[in-house]
Amino acid sequence: MPEFLAELLNQNEIFNATTVIHYWGGLVTTVQLVFLSLVIGLFLAVPLAILRTVRNPFVSGPVWLYTYIFRGTPLLIQLYIIYYGIGQIEGIQETFWWDIFRDPFYPALLAFTLNTAAYTTEIIRGALMATPQGEVEAAKAYGMSWALRMRRIVLPSAFRRAIQAYSNEVIFMLHASAIASVVTIVDLTGAARDIYSRFYAPFTAFVAVALVYMALTFLIVYGFRRLEQHLLKHQRPLNQ
Amino acid sequence: MKQFLIAAGCILAMVTGVAQAQERPLRIAFDVPYEPFEYRTPEGELTGFEVELAEAMCKEMNRECDFVVQAWDGMIPGLMARKYDAIMSSMSITEQRAKRVLFSEPYYRTPGGWFAKKSTSVDVTDRSAMEGRVVGVQRGTTMDNYVTENLGNIVEVKRYTTADDMRLDLESDRLDLVFVDYPVGEEYFLTKDNFREIGEPVKLGEGVAVAMRKRDRELAKEINKALETLKNDGTYDTIMNRYFDYSIKM
Repeated sequence: MPEFLAELLNQNEIFNATTVIHYWGGLVTTVQLVFLSLVIGLFLAVPLAILRTVRNPFVSGPVWLYTYIFRGTPLLIQLYIIYYGIGQIEGIQETFWWDIFRDPFYPALLAFTLNTAAYTTEIIRGALMATPQGEVEAAKAYGMSWALRMRRIVLPSAFRRAIQAYSNEVIFMLHASAIASVVTIVDLTGAARDIYSRFYAPFTAFVAVALVYMALTFLIVYGFRRLEQHLLKHQRPLNQ
Repeated sequence: MKQFLIAAGCILAMVTGVAQAQERPLRIAFDVPYEPFEYRTPEGELTGFEVELAEAMCKEMNRECDFVVQAWDGMIPGLMARKYDAIMSSMSITEQRAKRVLFSEPYYRTPGGWFAKKSTSVDVTDRSAMEGRVVGVQRGTTMDNYVTENLGNIVEVKRYTTADDMRLDLESDRLDLVFVDYPVGEEYFLTKDNFREIGEPVKLGEGVAVAMRKRDRELAKEINKALETLKNDGTYDTIMNRYFDYSIKM
């Protein structure tokens, strides 16, 4: 550990090596949980969004129901239902599923993934719906098949339109992950709660963790700005 | 002459002040309900281990007492605001609290208890048998500190806010054992058929004491003397046995 850091830590009773490691473990868990749920959620959301735009109600209806349920209930309730609900299923302890769902990480990952996939589906669906009709017609005129049209024209153009709304979803997901601590996961907030109750110092414990969340948000915002600059290059004035 | 008058006034004020203190009943605060320490009977009467102990203590001190009901989160502020003179509401001695209030000698200490499913059998004092077990505790309690400090590097500690959540996870095998305040364990686990107590209760912490304002050192002396007498003459044991079938005396 660098000397200046050691010296800084010696000046107070709360931020000693043990608690800093505790916070670090929380940071790792938060990043893992949020990153994995966002990646899986995005992969689920793209096909779901396409299905959601299909005219046939037997295809788009179930997707509509799914996004309606997961956007219509609080994430905390979804987490409770998945974490405690699964444990109540008769006989699940004897199946291989229990090896996965015994650990609180996976029920939380499942809840977060399903939740973010629902929101992302709607974001991408909106972008798909806003595809200019002319682009589709031009692609048809070139004789592109439906799959090729989707891959080359519709999806890339939809992603460009969706990216700003999606960056919001990523930040919301990071902040929503704070509720993971209610199911005994020691994420950033969980670490702060442990340290708060250990030292009776709510202000210090939570301000420290708020700063970490802010730093993470800053990284996300910065990353998305770079991505936008790259993807939306064609929309910027030439002289910039 | 003037000096004499001032001195006389001071003495008079002191004398009447002392006399007043003697006449004024001692006001003791409880947070109700916290069974079996303080609660109301169906008739609305205040009772419980600490209430009875307070009654016996006042009798021993030969002072009239008034009982005040105060919610827990305003307990210490209420004492500072002179709404009452003493707290006898299961307040454990901690360093943080001792900075603000004056504690008497401790008068009880509930042990921590190990609880698990009926099918579980493990020797909790054997470190190698405990290795890798998942233990549930309530966050920030003395039980949490005990497990973290003594077993933190061999068991997996899971921290909960409520005992209800802990019971659900013990039921579904997410937890192997829980370590909780013994009366809590009795209420949450021993009332159910599928749980049992494991091993012996463990004595923890510095105990529960009467809390007073820092300047009331005379009162603390009086209270300590009265508690000492009650502990020695058997009154304490009689009251304790009415509420507990294990010892919380200290």
